[in-house]
Amino acid sequence: MALLQIAEPGQSAAPHEHKLAIGIDLGTTNSLVATVQSGEARTLADINGDAMLPSVVRYHAENVTVGQQAQLAAVEDPTNTLISVKRFLGKSVAEVTTRYQSLPYEFVEHQGALAINTVAGPINPIQASAEILKSLYQRATESFAGEDIVGSVITVPAYFDDAQRQSTKDAAEIAGLKVLRLLNEPTAAAVAYGLDSGQEGVIAVYDLGGGTFDISILRLNQGVFEVLATGGDSSLGGDDFDAVLVEHFKSELGLSELTPQELRLLIQKAKACKEALSSYLTVNVKLELRSTEHLVSVTQEQFAELVAPLVKQTLRACRRALKDAGISKEEVLEAVMVGGSTRMPVIREAVGEFFEKEPLTSIDPDRVVAIGAAIQADILAGNKPDSDMLLLDVLPLSLGLETMGGLVEKIIPRNTTIPVARAQEFTTFKDGQTAMSLHVLQGERELVDDCRSLAKFSLKGIPAMAAGAAHIRVTFKVDADGLLSVSASEKSTGVQAEIQVKPSFGLSDDQVAQMLKDSMSFAKEDMQARMLKEQQVEALRVLEALEASLATESALLNEEELNSLREAMAMLDEKRQNASDPDAIKHAIEVVDEASSEFASRRMDVSIKQALQGQSVDEV
Amino acid sequence: MAVTLTEAAANRVQTFLANRGKGLGLRVGIKTTGCSGLAYVLEFVDELAEGDEVFEEMGVKIIVDAKSLVYIDGTELDYTKEGLNEGFKFINPNQKDECGCGESFTV
Repeated sequence: MALLQIAEPGQSAAPHEHKLAIGIDLGTTNSLVATVQSGEARTLADINGDAMLPSVVRYHAENVTVGQQAQLAAVEDPTNTLISVKRFLGKSVAEVTTRYQSLPYEFVEHQGALAINTVAGPINPIQASAEILKSLYQRATESFAGEDIVGSVITVPAYFDDAQRQSTKDAAEIAGLKVLRLLNEPTAAAVAYGLDSGQEGVIAVYDLGGGTFDISILRLNQGVFEVLATGGDSSLGGDDFDAVLVEHFKSELGLSELTPQELRLLIQKAKACKEALSSYLTVNVKLELRSTEHLVSVTQEQFAELVAPLVKQTLRACRRALKDAGISKEEVLEAVMVGGSTRMPVIREAVGEFFEKEPLTSIDPDRVVAIGAAIQADILAGNKPDSDMLLLDVLPLSLGLETMGGLVEKIIPRNTTIPVARAQEFTTFKDGQTAMSLHVLQGERELVDDCRSLAKFSLKGIPAMAAGAAHIRVTFKVDADGLLSVSASEKSTGVQAEIQVKPSFGLSDDQVAQMLKDSMSFAKEDMQARMLKEQQVEALRVLEALEASLATESALLNEEELNSLREAMAMLDEKRQNASDPDAIKHAIEVVDEASSEFASRRMDVSIKQALQGQSVDEV
Repeated sequence: MAVTLTEAAANRVQTFLANRGKGLGLRVGIKTTGCSGLAYVLEFVDELAEGDEVFEEMGVKIIVDAKSLVYIDGTELDYTKEGLNEGFKFINPNQKDECGCGESFTV
């Protein structure tokens, strides 16, 4: 007979209607799958009892191996064994080749996206991720004895942009897995801890995994988690600590060039050395290279010194996130440690010192994210209907629209909790304008050129009207997974255009960090630039409006008046194109206003006369 | 009349109750549903209902409502592992037949 699980009171499922859901931590180095059964969240192990599946995919000509088996082949078959492929998700060839120079892979452009050449042909990072998900899905299906899995919650780093999130969803789709929701990794960790300890207040989640670093500032209040701010660096993790050790080995051995096999060996040794240093003060590493045996010894102190720049980098991100959240260090109640790399004593010490409190490590830092994802999946599958736990995630960067003059109008500011929908009304710039081009941007700067272009589309079929008369409503919608859709509609006719934002490739993490930094350091210049652009646009609007009325009604002015108005207009046009001071343009606009005031009042008189002509006083 | 637990089952129930942080014990019962007539119910218990019978087995309270008891009297509840799948198994002497999947049964 079937094996049964204990349900919550009154929640027993009818036969064949079990609402089984899984949580997947699709990690850079290791991936895990977890579920909630009999009220207990646990990670699911494979037949050998291992919960962690190395995120390694090896391609053969005919088939694919995933996990431990693939990892073992890494040294002998480096070019076909894809390790930490998550780092390449949603990236371009150029980004990957400049960021990761010492990798043994052959990166190619395939069907307009990044791929890695293997014996099985070019493989997209999404396909490789799908293989990992498939393997975990298979494990879960076996654990549930063939029961249907209603869906999954897959975690992603908080810093993942739209392209990277979409890639993760695509990978799940290829794997045949229904995604109930993508969840930020630190948020998942907070779920795992929040349920266990139930403490209220501000919590910092420090997540240093194999390839990503995330810091999240969360507020836990009456069982509701709100993410106040996120920060980090999605290209910093345990792998970088290994790389520092590899460099150390290389300089100790006096080596400069390494073959892929040698590099792979050194990385493996570095990893082992780093892990051993979490328990021992000194570790001796035996390296057999080019048929010579070398012995390198590393002390904890030495290691701490080597990785100090990396540790500092993480603490800088912590400081920035606190600032974004508007929280002082003292207000942080707990610091939660997530990710295998937080086992390093040097990290625990640094984080403890920074937040001035002992960090929380009671849940296995490798499993805590998967466990949180499983708890969330269980709730989303409907197994806890009375649960009032909501999860609020935030946007990492502001979303906006280009307006006249190359300015960015922010529609949804950064750190807004999602899902969210915001609408704003725009209008036409020119008389008789029947189409509008919409340019969707992401970033903190004031000018289009300094932000990241996400998508462009146009709204056509706007009825011809005077400039400023059309009402065009633009709606930005960000769903719970952080994916954006933008729609625009003209009010009187209801014509509509919509776009789903699926950018071809994502931002590099350095770029995201740089964009945030720039928005602060260039704040003043940006403001100046915005004012200048605004005045330029206003000047153009004034000139065009005057030009239009002069074309039909210049007869209202005598030659002298017309000349002086023309002169003022020419001056304004010159200033608009050449002046760098917004006040100069503003002044020229005022001069034109002055010069045209008589013209305006005569036009007014004429139109009133026309309107009143032939009507009796009673009718008016 | 009684419903019993194997040691493995008792240990698991205790762990689950401890993890959950609350609950009086384990409800074992039946409901009329499923492809073959009856289905087992296995739930945590936060409060007793009228007509509930309570058995104590290795420190675990088993709660059975009077109506269910006639169908499952003498049942032993075990916790087993089959491949990667693990869970509770009903060994019910009253059971005559079950559906192909084993989730529902007849007496």
